[in-house]
Amino acid sequence: MKISEIAEILGAESLTGEEYYDLDIKSACGSDMMSDVLAFHKEEGMLLTGLVNLQVVRTAQMMDIRCIVFVRGKRPDDSILELAKDNDITVLCTKDRLFGACGKLYCAGMPE
Amino acid sequence: MPDNVLTLHYDIEGNDFTSAGEASGDVKRKLRMLGISPNTIRKLAVAMYEGEINQVIHANGGHIDVEITPQLIKIVLSDEGPGIPDVEAAMSEGFSTATEEIHNMGFGAGMGLPNMKKYSDTFELETEVGKGTVITMTVNIE
Ligand SMILES: Nc1ncnc2c1ncn2[C@@H]1O[C@H](COP(=O)(O)OP(=O)(O)OP(=O)(O)O)[C@@H](O)[C@H]1O
Ligand SMILES: [Mg+2]
Repeated sequence: MKISEIAEILGAESLTGEEYYDLDIKSACGSDMMSDVLAFHKEEGMLLTGLVNLQVVRTAQMMDIRCIVFVRGKRPDDSILELAKDNDITVLCTKDRLFGACGKLYCAGMPE
Repeated sequence: MPDNVLTLHYDIEGNDFTSAGEASGDVKRKLRMLGISPNTIRKLAVAMYEGEINQVIHANGGHIDVEITPQLIKIVLSDEGPGIPDVEAAMSEGFSTATEEIHNMGFGAGMGLPNMKKYSDTFELETEVGKGTVITMTVNIE
């Protein structure tokens, strides 16, 4: 699923990395615990989370995750967006809660 | 030291959640420049990052030495923190002594040490209560 489709399904706003909208995302993970994310090992994945701090981006960086969705309308600060930009990560922001956002993507065919 | 070995050293600041992960990010970047496979880099980066975060959260900081040879990457994480009283418990999934505050930062699932073991090809942990902890891991280059 392309990042552009993900953004549309979630009614999400992009905060950085729109240039990667055509990238194909093959799996998704939703969690507020970074070690859970780090335990999940799949390529070309994305992360949905209600946690907003620098370590979310670090975690994505280590895992080669190319798209982060912050849920519940939480907005990351500039230092978080800078780090995402440095690592070619698209950051989206949706008003949905974690469960709802994951459910919408799952129903649209996004694998776990 | 033979000249086909690259060594790197990092000092890790305790309880600093802004710089936590910088060392692992730096190693990741360097390995990429060396043309090492993304899969090897990911395993190494995740294992090192978990160790780096543990030093920040649990050990009041520490040191990380990285050795890159043509065959493998070796990571030595050493600290002078409190040590680990029950290693078997600490190594099991879900065991954590992290505080509520740490949970709110996204850590404390008790998955770090199991992840380090899972992503590395060799893993050794030495610890002494009151003295500190040394973890040595290697990841083979594919
Ligand atoms: N370097 C260390 N010094 C002292 N204690 C440590 C160190 N590393 C780990 N521990 C202890 O081992 C426990 C388990 O570590 P582990 O990394 O598996 O989980 P965690 O750090 O609590 O949570 P997570 O890694 O999932 O965020 C920790 O809660 C802590 O008590
Ligand atoms: Mg840990």
